[in-house]
Amino acid sequence: MSTGTPLDEDVAQTTPSPRRSFRRVTKRGGRPPRSSRIKAQQRRALALQIAGGIIVAVGAAMLASSALGVTGPIAITVVAYLGFVAAIALSEFVRSARTVDEIDLTDEGVPAVAKVDEPPVILRAVPDDAPDVPIRRRKVTGADVAEVVVAAVAAAAFAELLRIFLHMQSLVGFAIWWYVAFVAVYFLLARDRSDVETALDRLVTLLVVSTGLLVCAVLMWMIAFIVIKGARFFSWTFFTEDLSKTGPLTPGGGAKHAIIGTLEQVGIATIVVVPIGILTAVYLHEVRGRLATVVRFIVDAMSGLPSIVAGLLVFTVLVQQHGFSGLAGSVALVILMLPTMTRASEEILRTVPNSLREGALALGAPQWRLVQRVVLPTAIAGLMTAMLLAIARAIGETAPMLLTAFGADSTNVNPTRGPQSDLPLFVWKLIRQPNQTDIARAFTGALVLVLLVFILFVSARLVTRHATKKLGRAR
Amino acid sequence: MTITSESAVKPVAVAGDSSNPATLLATNVSAWFNKRKVLERCSLSMDARRVTALIGPSGCGKSTFLRILNRMHEVIPGAQVAGSITLEGTDIYGGSLSATQVRTRIGMVFQKPNPFPAMSIGENVLAGLKLSRTGVSDRAALVEECLTRAGMWDEVKDRLNEGGMSLSGGQQQRLCIARALAVRPQVLLMDEPCSALDPISTRVVEETIAELAPQITIVIVTHNMQQALRVSHQCAFFLVEDQGAPGRIIEVGETKKMFEDPDDPRTLDYVTGRFG
Repeated sequence: MSTGTPLDEDVAQTTPSPRRSFRRVTKRGGRPPRSSRIKAQQRRALALQIAGGIIVAVGAAMLASSALGVTGPIAITVVAYLGFVAAIALSEFVRSARTVDEIDLTDEGVPAVAKVDEPPVILRAVPDDAPDVPIRRRKVTGADVAEVVVAAVAAAAFAELLRIFLHMQSLVGFAIWWYVAFVAVYFLLARDRSDVETALDRLVTLLVVSTGLLVCAVLMWMIAFIVIKGARFFSWTFFTEDLSKTGPLTPGGGAKHAIIGTLEQVGIATIVVVPIGILTAVYLHEVRGRLATVVRFIVDAMSGLPSIVAGLLVFTVLVQQHGFSGLAGSVALVILMLPTMTRASEEILRTVPNSLREGALALGAPQWRLVQRVVLPTAIAGLMTAMLLAIARAIGETAPMLLTAFGADSTNVNPTRGPQSDLPLFVWKLIRQPNQTDIARAFTGALVLVLLVFILFVSARLVTRHATKKLGRAR
Repeated sequence: MTITSESAVKPVAVAGDSSNPATLLATNVSAWFNKRKVLERCSLSMDARRVTALIGPSGCGKSTFLRILNRMHEVIPGAQVAGSITLEGTDIYGGSLSATQVRTRIGMVFQKPNPFPAMSIGENVLAGLKLSRTGVSDRAALVEECLTRAGMWDEVKDRLNEGGMSLSGGQQQRLCIARALAVRPQVLLMDEPCSALDPISTRVVEETIAELAPQITIVIVTHNMQQALRVSHQCAFFLVEDQGAPGRIIEVGETKKMFEDPDDPRTLDYVTGRFG
């Protein structure tokens, strides 16, 4: 095969980056890449090698001066030189172990032979009496485990070294450096065992998995924190007593008044918000009236409304005339929940395929029947999620509730009259008390709040699953 | 006109003759999407108890013409229409009929099966009645009748309460036909009803069309020449003559004549596959 054919030119021009095309061509074992690119490649490798050598030399010198107590310029220069030579020698050794394909590449005119580090494929006929079991793929081998362990240990050593040198005090810094070193070593090991594409794939997998684990860990940590801190007062009496007869130092006492308040305030707000939100979403996406753009803009703007402003509005309009009440709190929550509910519902309605709307129209359905019988039932699971989002937005609100429901220590079942507590207010009030008992009660209140959200979440999921099951294999 | 498949018509449980087929007459129909004219002065008579096939290359306005016939065209924003469509002498774009009334009398089956996922098979059949708020005395009998006419009663009679999406593609399409039949339309429009189906399902749907033909007026859009030949009595050939020009009806005629000895050479080119 000869170089410089038009085909070769094409390949060279259309491939996105030199590095990539280099790999591709090598793997196919086809045409050799152009010599200039190889030279660039070699220059880069050399620069990397020298840079690595210098880093190792400096590192060795620093290590010698601080850890081993070597002083004097000559001794340090010798150590640095030795480090440099050792690093270069090591890298040359590593390179020589895998130069087979590179030698072929520099030799223009001869097709490069790809060297693939794959285990040989053993072809064998499966005997008829062999057990009929599925082939297991992507098994985690001992080498994979060893890779992770080696990377972890190496990274720990690296981080420890850094910690000593930089005099790091915090464990967080150590963890971050450990993670960075772990990723780097893991990538290098993976690249050593297979080609760069596979190693990159595994690197990205590692990053994604570890990010997911990190988020999980943060959440678990938060929940564990709340559970441990709040466990002291978590008992039956916490749900059956309020704080009206409880002093700061007396045992017992509970959040009955706050739980009732939260359920009533959020419940009333949800009952008001769900139909309004869904109807607005229907207007925005199904009716598409003239004002749809304006309405959507206002709803979007409302979703950025600071909650204290909603509280102030209700305080001015309602509370100053009628006094504090749970209902005033509900009104503030409605203002906060409405944008979430509306926009989430609209997004859900978007997922209903248009073919269903056309099918219903072609059967002679007026639009409101189409929405009622086809669009909303199809979207019911998503609408439940939208409602949950809106509730989640509201249930932890504290600032507007201070201005509207105000909070109380005794149980007030009537949401229309008189100050009423709720769980965020309960927590807010008690956490500022200068005694450990009340602070512990505040944490239990937070625990109950988290549990409430959790129960809501799980029940919504169950309802959603039930609804989706009915839909069968709906898209 | 004699109908070949009369013997195949199954007896219908509930008064099956209540839907009296009607002639649909389109005169000088033009259509626009915003400023773009897509159809120009199309006139076509779709006679009662006959199957009319609309054929022609993609983008020549067949589907638009079909959607104009039951006022589904106007659902699309920016769509406009000119000319007149009469159903047994009543102008469907006149003031005497509302769009929903027109659509209950002129049913439609779409290219992609679209059963309602939130409803069971039985509910899907009755969906048209619920949606148009029409009462029916015997729901079970109507479900059986419509599914029988769509040729799938035996396949689904034991699973009427399952979701409509649990059916295969061909069954879903026949369910959509049954759903369209349940409101007792006088005309049934089909927009490439078999294009998403395999050959066996296609054959079943074609048999269904043949069984329905004596009872109802059928207009079908198809890209499959063999299908047009098999199921239709008359054909209308649509074509865009110049790039960017609106589609027109080039020729209308009995299917046999259209396929063997059409007047226009372009028709012959198209039906024999020499086109383009």
